Amino acid sequence: MEKNSKRHEKRKNISVKPNENIFIKSLKDIFIEVALLTKFAGQFFKELFKPPSEFKEFLRQSYITGFRSLALVGITGFIMGLVLTIQSRPTMAEFGAESWIPGMVAVSIIREIGPVITALICAGKVGSGIGAELGSMKVTEQIDAMEVSGTNPFKYLVVTRVMATTLMIPVLVVFSDVISLYGSYVGVNLTGKVSFPLFFAKVFESLDFIDVIPAFIKCFFFGFIIGLIGCYKGYNASKGTEGVGQAANTAVVVASLLVFVIDMIAVQITSLFM
Amino acid sequence: MEETKNINNTEIIVEMKNVKKSFQNNHVLKDINFKLSKGENLVVLGKSGTGKSVLIKCIVKLIEVDSGELSVFNEDILQLKDKALNETRSKIGFLFQSGALYDSMTVRENLEFPIKRQSKILPEDEIENLVKEVLANVGLEDTIDKMPSELSGGMRKRISLARTLILKPELILYDEPTTGLDPITSKEISELILEVQKKYKTSSIIITHDIKCAKITANRIMVINDGCFIAEGTYDELKESEDEIVNSFFK
Ligand SMILES: Nc1ncnc2c1ncn2[C@@H]1O[C@H](COP(=O)(O)OP(=O)(O)O)[C@@H](O)[C@H]1O
Ligand SMILES: [Mg+2]
Repeated sequence: MEKNSKRHEKRKNISVKPNENIFIKSLKDIFIEVALLTKFAGQFFKELFKPPSEFKEFLRQSYITGFRSLALVGITGFIMGLVLTIQSRPTMAEFGAESWIPGMVAVSIIREIGPVITALICAGKVGSGIGAELGSMKVTEQIDAMEVSGTNPFKYLVVTRVMATTLMIPVLVVFSDVISLYGSYVGVNLTGKVSFPLFFAKVFESLDFIDVIPAFIKCFFFGFIIGLIGCYKGYNASKGTEGVGQAANTAVVVASLLVFVIDMIAVQITSLFM
Repeated sequence: MEETKNINNTEIIVEMKNVKKSFQNNHVLKDINFKLSKGENLVVLGKSGTGKSVLIKCIVKLIEVDSGELSVFNEDILQLKDKALNETRSKIGFLFQSGALYDSMTVRENLEFPIKRQSKILPEDEIENLVKEVLANVGLEDTIDKMPSELSGGMRKRISLARTLILKPELILYDEPTTGLDPITSKEISELILEVQKKYKTSSIIITHDIKCAKITANRIMVINDGCFIAEGTYDELKESEDEIVNSFFK
């Protein structure tokens, strides 16, 4: 409803002032949003080392983001490895290069697919969860209540959650990678017969330092951005239940988009050193 | 009830002078002046959107005023920071309009939260006793292990009142304590407010547009409209008012 009326407004604006460019306006909105987000991130780093440590809440959040996502991330990881193996078999068979499958699948999973898919799943599950939770806390004045009872809500709610996602997403990615490789092993054995040790010998043979470390480092950034966007959207949710839904929704959209942006930047930086 | 209506104490708990607050072009508080004496129940009447919530949020510095003077317990709240601010806030109870119970915590954890966040640490059994005491005061001892989502609207209001009482505040700010409740529950909550005033010797500001609640709880009533106070007096005085806006609350 609100969107519709806004669209109307825009249309009216165009008819009244044909010179005013809506692209410039929305570009301005994006810059304002980026500035506010940067300020929010700045506050995160400022409060990160301030006492109290809120360690208990951090552990609770780590349990929620980490442990509760294991099943989802595991299942998708397994399917990913399996499907990738089955799909690449015909092409590889054409060249008689079936023995390269484990190495090829391992490189693509560990370098790219594992981190990105896991991050996207977590943006959906964890990011929207944080956005909705903080959004409803904001709308129902729970954040205000925390502040008047002598707790720094930013430290208690935002810092703990962002720290939890930053540290837990890399763990989830490693877990997902391992399960994916197992899925690939199962996929290879659907038609051929490769022993478990041989499969993993081939995997490790094809992996380089340059495949593993940059891929692992970028996961921390994925985790950071998922937590940060979820908190930012929730913390700034507008009044009403509509605001909560919107916070959860935009948290997922923006976080997913930024996962790709970070991935692109990471690839550029990595290729500089190759 | 009669005796609480005649209070001639002179100690001032809250004082606002020429307070102004705007959000962009929305001038919410234009010129607010008032004093709250110790032990007094002051009711602020006003229709929705006139800035009643903004007014009391300024008192605990959840919202910063643009200009004017604002003292709470004889301290300039505008100058207070961090520790000193928390100290002053711990003497103020705030009952939020929506109750603001923490959804992810049980009633017990909700009540313990403000105590456990204070700088001085109490032993567990003392905390337990405090929790039981405030729950008994609002008449809900048996809800201690429930989640807020399992409670009715009136019960949630009581639990949040219990949560503000647990720190033994000297000043309580009630944001529309009876809004959204049925008439019987509203009356119960209003009487509870009066009981709290007597038992804990608190001073209160009660924001409402419910005239029945005002009648039960008020020692003095002020009517806010368009960012300023337009009338002041006891319930009986205002009832006879000729002013159209004031009159409309009494219908
Ligand atoms: N944080 C805020 N930012 C911008 N505007 C606000 C904010 N809080 C309140 N307002 C505006 O102030 C006005 C008064 O709000 P409020 O105090 O909640 O009214 P009420 O008297 O119903 O409690 C409303 O127009 C509202 O939109
Ligand atoms: Mg209000």
